[in-house]
Amino acid sequence: MSDSTTAQKAGKQSVITRRTALQGLGATGLAAAGLGAAPGFTRYAQAQSSEPIRIGFQAHRTGIGAAYGRWYERTTNAAVAAINAAGGINGRPVEIIIEDDGTDAARGAEVVEKFANQHRVDMVFGTLFSHVVVGSAPAAGELKIPYYVVSEGYHVASGKLNRYVVQPGITDVKSQVRSMAPWIGANVGKKVTMFFPDYAFGHDHRDFFEPAIQAQGGEVVAKIAIPPTESSFTRYFPQIPSNTDVIYHVMVGPAVLTFVKELGEFFGTSGPALFGFIDSLEAVDINSPGLEFLEGSHFWEGAPRYLQPDASEAYKAYRTAVGIDENGASVADPKDISTAGHMFGCWETLYVIKAAMEASGYRGPEDRAKMIEATEAITTMAEGAEHPQGDKLFNGKIHQVFGHQYVSLVEDGRLKVVHRTSIEDGLYEPEADYTQTSF
Amino acid sequence: MSLDAPQTGMASARRLDKATALHVGVILVLFACLFILPDYHVGVLARVMVLAVFAIGYNILFGYTGLLSLGHAMFFAAGLYGAGMPLYHLDWPVMPSFLAGIASGTALSLIIGVLALRTTGVAFMIVTLMFAQVAYLASLYFTTYTRGEEGLVLQPEIRQVDFLSFNLDLTDPASRYMAALTLLTIALFITLRIVKTPFGRNLVAIRENEERMRMLGYNVFQIKLGAVVISGTIAATAGAAYGLFFGYVGSGFAAIQYSILPLLWVLIGGAATTLGPLLGTIFMFYVIDITSGFTSAWLLIVGGALITTILFFPKGILGTLREKRIPWLP
Amino acid sequence: MAFGPFLLLASLEGLVTAAVLALSALGLSLVFGVMRVVNVAHGEFFMLGAVIAWAVTTAVSGHPALGFVVALVVSPFIVGAIAFVCERLVLRRLHYDPESTIVATIGLLYIFQQLALSFYGADARPVEAPFNIRIQLPWFGYSGYKLAVIAASILVILATWFVLTRTRIGMIMRATQYDRETAQAFGIPVDLVYAGVFAAGAMLAAIAAVLIVPIQQAHYLMGRDPLLLSFIVVIIGGLGSLRGTVIAALLIGLSDGIISVFFSPTLAKMIATLLVAMVLVFRPQGLFGTVAR
Repeated sequence: MSDSTTAQKAGKQSVITRRTALQGLGATGLAAAGLGAAPGFTRYAQAQSSEPIRIGFQAHRTGIGAAYGRWYERTTNAAVAAINAAGGINGRPVEIIIEDDGTDAARGAEVVEKFANQHRVDMVFGTLFSHVVVGSAPAAGELKIPYYVVSEGYHVASGKLNRYVVQPGITDVKSQVRSMAPWIGANVGKKVTMFFPDYAFGHDHRDFFEPAIQAQGGEVVAKIAIPPTESSFTRYFPQIPSNTDVIYHVMVGPAVLTFVKELGEFFGTSGPALFGFIDSLEAVDINSPGLEFLEGSHFWEGAPRYLQPDASEAYKAYRTAVGIDENGASVADPKDISTAGHMFGCWETLYVIKAAMEASGYRGPEDRAKMIEATEAITTMAEGAEHPQGDKLFNGKIHQVFGHQYVSLVEDGRLKVVHRTSIEDGLYEPEADYTQTSF
Repeated sequence: MSLDAPQTGMASARRLDKATALHVGVILVLFACLFILPDYHVGVLARVMVLAVFAIGYNILFGYTGLLSLGHAMFFAAGLYGAGMPLYHLDWPVMPSFLAGIASGTALSLIIGVLALRTTGVAFMIVTLMFAQVAYLASLYFTTYTRGEEGLVLQPEIRQVDFLSFNLDLTDPASRYMAALTLLTIALFITLRIVKTPFGRNLVAIRENEERMRMLGYNVFQIKLGAVVISGTIAATAGAAYGLFFGYVGSGFAAIQYSILPLLWVLIGGAATTLGPLLGTIFMFYVIDITSGFTSAWLLIVGGALITTILFFPKGILGTLREKRIPWLP
Repeated sequence: MAFGPFLLLASLEGLVTAAVLALSALGLSLVFGVMRVVNVAHGEFFMLGAVIAWAVTTAVSGHPALGFVVALVVSPFIVGAIAFVCERLVLRRLHYDPESTIVATIGLLYIFQQLALSFYGADARPVEAPFNIRIQLPWFGYSGYKLAVIAASILVILATWFVLTRTRIGMIMRATQYDRETAQAFGIPVDLVYAGVFAAGAMLAAIAAVLIVPIQQAHYLMGRDPLLLSFIVVIIGGLGSLRGTVIAALLIGLSDGIISVFFSPTLAKMIATLLVAMVLVFRPQGLFGTVAR
């Protein structure tokens, strides 16, 4: 599938396409025989309508994302089981094919190619880490295969990827950060010291939060960028200005527990207030030794980890399906804490895929573009079994969904939701328009 | 290792002809693969061939000159960013960007060579490691331009090469494959030429006994610097090609992993053999790809495969073959 | 915070880093110095030490200090045993050839990482410190346990120095390092010495990990950085010099922390790395190394 349209438009000759070469050599027969006979090279005939819909799940099974990857897998399996129990998509069962991308950008691109060319799936879904999404997006665009990510990164909405990449199930960091600023300014403090990892993900927090808090009459008094692989943070604490009201922290990676513990050791009981993103503590027990210091502080949560008294029936059903108890831990092992703040994205994305495929009458890979267009046409998503985290607004131009965010208080070793933002709190002006780009 | 007592003219000519024939054969087989293999493997081989060029560059310094660098990721990254940044930020066309990438590698390897060649052996390992670490941190420090670990996407529209009346679309799998094959061919024949010439013999002589070379009056520093620059330039070429072909530039490629991988590929394939790096890259890719397909514990199997392979082929696959059975293998 | 206390804090932190780094580097220095092989899996022995410490402290109920002490004894022992087996099964068969050892130890690295991922999991899990005393200085609070780590590390280093320089075993190790063939001629079982040294190196890394794990957490990828840093320390300090290793660990541990007082952290890391590289460029044998025989 070569993109010779641009070449032809420019009035130039494309040097080689596989098709012309094959015809020229008369090797079509040879190729067809080779393709058909050799093991592992079988094409998948999608003729009949009761054949499964095959979705490639690009999972972080190893590498730094492995803790998230595990829960993404469980949520995906639960969602697929629920969809298939209700009849599948257009009567066709959903089949998930998993490949491990090792949380590596280059491997991610290779895996997308494998999905498209070897497994012959209908579409690829499920990536979390930003660098893997950005690294894999070009491959998805070239292979013209829909790539629905659950990544929380702003890269999709920024317009820097391509029309095949969509993020319909989880909000992005720009929206999350902006929606937190009003609440922080009103309830915790106006002078903020930010701790963030010194790379793109952390810079997004820094760049989006500062204008947002300034709009609330607040000020970022210090920005402390932590280099990657830093394992000890105490030496950064003296840089916190003494007039700080609140420390805003979003740390990724295994060092987070250390961060909080050392913060406690450094300040004792007399430090500034804390506001963190649950990214810091996904899959980590709030009651771990050394985290007592968190008592009384607040966290952003994508979806509540602990079951709240006012939880909707849909959210309870979702939790039961995935297999987490009221503390957000696995029902099989209370020590196995889930990544509840993010994994709902897999569930909701799969349902969006279902809706888009059904709306576009998806039959096979020839309808991939129609599926994207059907997704772009979505504007609202109602709260319910398909969207247990809450109702959503979807912006088809930037391929990004907007939803509610939660602020939770750490109280008696549990997270208690104290605020739920409106969707409008997180809206921002779209800065791109994928619908203007070609497939 | 293989360059021992001088042969008579006829015999050495025959040796080299066999070698050239072998290389031509390998290139032809790879060319045929474009038409015989299914789409997926064509895509895989395109990537593997570009990475094999990286390994070939590494082999010149490590296999032939005997200098173990733990920092070659910085040369790969110099090519990657050296080509990607002008393309992305300055709207340069592909060919000038590609050349800028290669030039970045040459410049960097010259500087690093002058500094690092004051050391040898393990000190050289560590110095190159540390310089590469600085390069990695730099790619993160300048996130404003590089987007750090998240990286930059080079859109398909800017990855077109226009020369004369032809358009080469680097996003087209077949064009990309042929471009990668061309680069690989050039790299292989550079290595073959180096092996043939006095320069190549000097490299091996330095590897075997540096003091003797110095005593014989050779300017050892200059020769080693030449090896570093050639090695770094080839590595940067691979990096520039990787970014332009596959459309992604990110800090991950400057990390320690991409310094260890070429070492691994060369060692498994056979250091100081011309085809060893290619074989090693292909081998490692498929071992990982196949095992990760049927188990999530694939790292275990890959580790076992590495240990088993090196137990049976202590000098790498081709290196051991050359020692035991095929002495004329270049 | 005023500059003085800031510097004091950075120094204390640097000392803790240096303490753990010194132990891990010491282990590598032994292996590298005596056997002359690059053990790429050294960081994984470190990781295994931490993971086993977690397993032990979780299994032992009661006061955390009890579990910790048990871990401090059991974990290095198990890791040493694993290293011994690896040496006998793999390294010896390769005749300690430097290049094939690199490949084999990369293979070991992959295996250990996968085993840790499969059996321990992908999460970072904390281990409770044996005691939780917080020392309140006039300007900031500091963890008493961290100070204890520095003290413990000094003890282990002194013990290692004692064994190496004042005992028969140490003399045998040093003899093998100095001249393998002559040592063999004197009837020293060089093969066994190698196995023992490899195990000892792994044990030192494991002790370092057990000490650090209440401060950081046990995570299956945590071996990566200790490996690189240990290597750097060993070479900067100079091969074969215990004093060099310790001083280099101090230098590197402290420089990183103190320079970051003045510059932004990433820039500080860059500068620190460059400075240390320059030490090597102008003094390739390291600070205290002898020029190679």
